[in-house]
Amino acid sequence: MTKPLVAIRAVAKNFGEFQALKNVSLDVWPGEVMCLIGASGSGKTTLLRCINQLAMIDSGGIWLDGELLGVREQGGRLHRLNEREIGRQRLKTGMVFQRFNLFPHKTALENVTEGPLQVQGRKADEVRTEAVELLRRVGLSAKADSYPAQLSGGQQQRVAIARALAMKPMLMLFDEPTSALDPELVGEVLAVMKELAKSGMTMMVVTHELGFAREVADRVVYMDQGAIVEQGRASEVLGAPREERTKAFLSAVI
Amino acid sequence: MKPVPALAEGFPDLSGMRVAREPHWFRWLSAALIVLVLAAIGRAFANGQIEWAYVSRFLTAKVILEGIVNTMVMAVLAMALGIFLGVVVAVMRLSPNPVLKTVAAGYTWLFRGTPLILQLLLWFNLALVFPTIGIPGLWSARAVDVMTPFLAALLGLGINQGAYTSEVMRAGMLSVDIGQYEAAQAIGMGRLRALRRIVLPQAMRVVIPPLGNEFIGMVKATSLASVIQYPELLHNAENIYYANSRVIELLIVAGLWYLLVVSVLTPLQMLLERRFARGTLRLAR
Repeated sequence: MTKPLVAIRAVAKNFGEFQALKNVSLDVWPGEVMCLIGASGSGKTTLLRCINQLAMIDSGGIWLDGELLGVREQGGRLHRLNEREIGRQRLKTGMVFQRFNLFPHKTALENVTEGPLQVQGRKADEVRTEAVELLRRVGLSAKADSYPAQLSGGQQQRVAIARALAMKPMLMLFDEPTSALDPELVGEVLAVMKELAKSGMTMMVVTHELGFAREVADRVVYMDQGAIVEQGRASEVLGAPREERTKAFLSAVI
Repeated sequence: MKPVPALAEGFPDLSGMRVAREPHWFRWLSAALIVLVLAAIGRAFANGQIEWAYVSRFLTAKVILEGIVNTMVMAVLAMALGIFLGVVVAVMRLSPNPVLKTVAAGYTWLFRGTPLILQLLLWFNLALVFPTIGIPGLWSARAVDVMTPFLAALLGLGINQGAYTSEVMRAGMLSVDIGQYEAAQAIGMGRLRALRRIVLPQAMRVVIPPLGNEFIGMVKATSLASVIQYPELLHNAENIYYANSRVIELLIVAGLWYLLVVSVLTPLQMLLERRFARGTLRLAR
């Protein structure tokens, strides 16, 4: 019997008075492509950041590949993991940011090789070969020696995807990957993500691209005010929503 | 649908007409005035009680050249110590650890809060407080032998510089987008590695202009070490005029050398800036 790759149980996260996540529970299965939709402030980005431990949850638990994230249970109490252990857990996930966050002082190729070389300590020639192949896969072979400032937004985001893939993650997290792009550049990034989904990668995608969700997602999760309101197959949630709040959101977006 | 209207009449074709150069009378007038004033000042000095022969004779005197070498050695070493301390203290200041934070803030407070010349005198006179210094049971020496003018100047200037540089470095690190730090974390980097590989190289671009400023300040601040007998440029110039009483001539010699050094440093700074501008389209022009 297979186990979920990510198991989220009763997770809550507050920013001061504001409840970003309220009692969220969710499973993500190996090979699944999940799209998280909802208005800004609904908690979908926070959920992604908690899985990658860029934000620490206040209560509940997240298990990745069977391992509890961020804390260790010992003698009936939870103890925070140290930075090194958190870094090791982060290697299982790759993150793609809304604003790309490429390292501006490094070329496209150096952005991709930085993690494998510096963090994983792998051999330079092997890492280089893989990075060249990854850049080819995202259609940027010709741009290996360009600096981020010389690339368009769509090209930068594709390099960012290659950089995340270079760490060989089990799970890819996409935080509104096309929201900062000019409309004509959205397609090239979505195409790379589609190809990645087809290759069997487990993906969680926070997005406003409902067309992408309809076409690629195995499951769509609609969130509102820090809670999951409705989830199911893309055709169900997007085509025939049951909840009033989902209907209201979808009619506002389309 | 309405047809798109034809272009309206009454707006003549300006292509081929050049923009005329303005005469800028006021600029010419003010420039002429400044040249006149400078000439008057120059004439006053030329006719004043200055023996220019002494200036040219001592400009390349051996003692003066040794002084400028000692000045540069001290400025470079003290600045290196200052930058090292500055980076360490800035990283401590930005750490989540309250102990490190407080220690860093205390260091900056103490060494920025007292005059540099007082700190130099304190280091130089350390022997009055601790006649012997050392590690109990391992090594010990008389403080007067250890605390030479060189070491006292290096510690005084370097540690003081570190307090200022730490704030420059902290500003540089804060100028780097938080997303850079998150991206570094997302590929598994720890805090220190992210600082060293990702944040500091980007901060360098921002901190080089103020650091260049600080270094120019340091070259001149070494002259304060003359009060603790460190044989730098001003100290050596003073020793000569104590003997021959040509005070102004030797001060002019020292002044010319300081000006020359600072003039050479400015293009060096531009080279450094270009080096760290990698990846940015807006190169320093």
